[in-house]
Amino acid sequence: MGAALATVWTLARKDLLLELRSRDIVLAIVVFALLVITIFTFAIELTPSRSRDVGPGVLWAAVAFAGVLGINRSFAMEAEGDTLDGLMLTPVSRELIFFGKSLANFIFITVAEIVIFPVFEALFNINVLRIETIVIALLASIGFSAVGTAFAAVSVRVRSREIMLPLLFLPTVIPLIMAAVESTSVVVNGGSWSGFSAWLQLAIAFDVIFVIASAVLFQFVLEE
Amino acid sequence: MVAVPKIRLIWLGLTAALMALTLWMIFIWVPTEVNQGNIQRSLYFHVPVAWTAMVAIVLVAFASVAYLKTRSEKWDRLAVAAAETGVIFAGLMLITGMVWAKPVWGVWWTGEAKLTTTLILFFIYVAYLMFRAYFPPGEQRRRLAAVIGLMGAIDTPIIYYGAQLWERAHPSAVVGPLSDSDSSVDGPIGITLIVAVVAFSVLFAYVASERYRLRKQEDEVMELRRAVSLRPALAISSSLETTESTASAPAGGAY
Amino acid sequence: MTLSTQERTGPGDQAATGVVAIEATRLEKSFGNAAVLRGLDMKVRDGEVVAIFGANGAGKTTLLRILATLTRPDHGTVSIYGNDLAREAERARLSLGAVLHSPMLYGDMTVEENLKFFGRMFRVPGLSARVLEIADRMGLTPRLDQRVRELSHGYRKRAALARALLHRPRVLLLDEAETGLDEPARQVLDSVIAEHRAAGHAVVMTTHSVERGIAASDRVLVLAGGRFALDEPSSSVTLTDVTRFYIEPEPGDA
Repeated sequence: MGAALATVWTLARKDLLLELRSRDIVLAIVVFALLVITIFTFAIELTPSRSRDVGPGVLWAAVAFAGVLGINRSFAMEAEGDTLDGLMLTPVSRELIFFGKSLANFIFITVAEIVIFPVFEALFNINVLRIETIVIALLASIGFSAVGTAFAAVSVRVRSREIMLPLLFLPTVIPLIMAAVESTSVVVNGGSWSGFSAWLQLAIAFDVIFVIASAVLFQFVLEE
Repeated sequence: MVAVPKIRLIWLGLTAALMALTLWMIFIWVPTEVNQGNIQRSLYFHVPVAWTAMVAIVLVAFASVAYLKTRSEKWDRLAVAAAETGVIFAGLMLITGMVWAKPVWGVWWTGEAKLTTTLILFFIYVAYLMFRAYFPPGEQRRRLAAVIGLMGAIDTPIIYYGAQLWERAHPSAVVGPLSDSDSSVDGPIGITLIVAVVAFSVLFAYVASERYRLRKQEDEVMELRRAVSLRPALAISSSLETTESTASAPAGGAY
Repeated sequence: MTLSTQERTGPGDQAATGVVAIEATRLEKSFGNAAVLRGLDMKVRDGEVVAIFGANGAGKTTLLRILATLTRPDHGTVSIYGNDLAREAERARLSLGAVLHSPMLYGDMTVEENLKFFGRMFRVPGLSARVLEIADRMGLTPRLDQRVRELSHGYRKRAALARALLHRPRVLLLDEAETGLDEPARQVLDSVIAEHRAAGHAVVMTTHSVERGIAASDRVLVLAGGRFALDEPSSSVTLTDVTRFYIEPEPGDA
């Protein structure tokens, strides 16, 4: 167990090191998400009540679209140097490779959210920096990175992978997006845990089911 | 031209007869529903296609698991046949739902849970089929498609649960003139619905099986092409055959 | 006269005393509607260096990728020291080292970081010392702190070789490993192959340079038509024995 965790961490740390050097992924997620949010501030005339109505939806749509971009990049990077083959040559079980890649993607999305949320709060003038929303964001990031990692390994084999990944990823994570939007809505309208407990359960169920399913199915994806 | 097996002709005849019976019941036999009027008749299409779309997803999931277990091509064919037929039935479900919702609820689209779920599943299976179209044929495509199909199927109950929560949180959509009128489903209406569900299930099975057969023939054609592409190699090992035959043989490689 | 069945009893078994390192039976693999391997059988014993030749597109790379556990055959089985690749791939990978066309290293990490990363994946004991040792062996010591992206092709290949040898694999798979290497690097490669054989391990290599391949190997296999069309000891094989199978390469491959 300890050895398995060490391997997962070695894999994730490798991605973090590469990201520190290239800054490809987190920067792409942040800039893209902020662009989406900014465009919406022009598309909708923001009164305080309207901000609270549409803000959570804009925020999570932006994070989902930007996140899929970053995950795509993290796999394209492995495909370009054929290092995915290098990983497959190692005697590490495919589940651990999945958890390593997912952990790295989870960290990328979470770090990006740390930048996105305060800017969103400023632009939409609604209070999202609360413990409730942080928990929601973590749950959403777990689901995004698990599903995204599994589908990125699928779409990396396709020539038009930039198109394929969002087509696979976005409809699959809609329940998670629903849960995040609805919970955030409750929070910005002054509610707390009890107001969105059903959505919280949905998000947790989604995460548990898809972390397990993606990890199990990943071995079939990596074969050639 | 290969003769169609007798059993298929019988099946086709049965499907046609059942569909004819269903149409007769829907448009002539069953009395008009008192509250909603004639538009209620679209429900006799809507419910059966919704049912068959769900059956299709279960079938895709089952066939995908079976493929990953056995790696036998027949399961892949079944999964594609179910997905393609399922996408069409899901599309019909959405259209009939909208046609019914407009006069009854006053809107084309509502957050109704089953409609929402079907819409999302429609997108998932469109992506599944697009992936298959993008990817070159072979074992890898079958395997990756099975993974995608399975992920979509696993998602289905979660989507439905989420859509129900969503519908409860946003109940405002239903504002039409007939929005609060219930339609009862007993007597002739219930019988017609049951017959329609059976007829559409048989239709679904027939269409899917035809698609399966077509797929099998496509695979057989590919197998023949593969055999042809091997000819030059055989020619070399069987000694002195000249290059003419080897040069002409593998033209099929272009697909 | 040249059938694959020959390899079981044929004159190629001078080293027949060694343990069977690789055994492949009835391998089939096709991509789309092009069949690449068609019922290929193969057996390599410890202490043997086997050179595989074949025209472009004959399936050399596919075969090596199957042996390396990267590609799954449509039919047939492969076992590495008795570990079946379909079921015990993780154990088989421990005894496999592969240098394929691309170096499979992270361009934005240094040579040392790459070697340490892959060494950890293989749980190589005494990793730091082993990295220094293998770097010294490959002449990479002055390049350890350089990013792989900045290395010349020859040094990338050396780094790839170091990655492949790091965990002391018993079977070495080399797919055109000498391509683009300068003379000193080739000498390193040759000595690695010689050492590997002397240590009683197995090497399977492909190469475009038929003469070099024959000189460096114990046994020569020629792939044609998805099977081995020739299987002879290197000592009794001439250049034309091999190249006569190169006529009429498969279409669509370059």
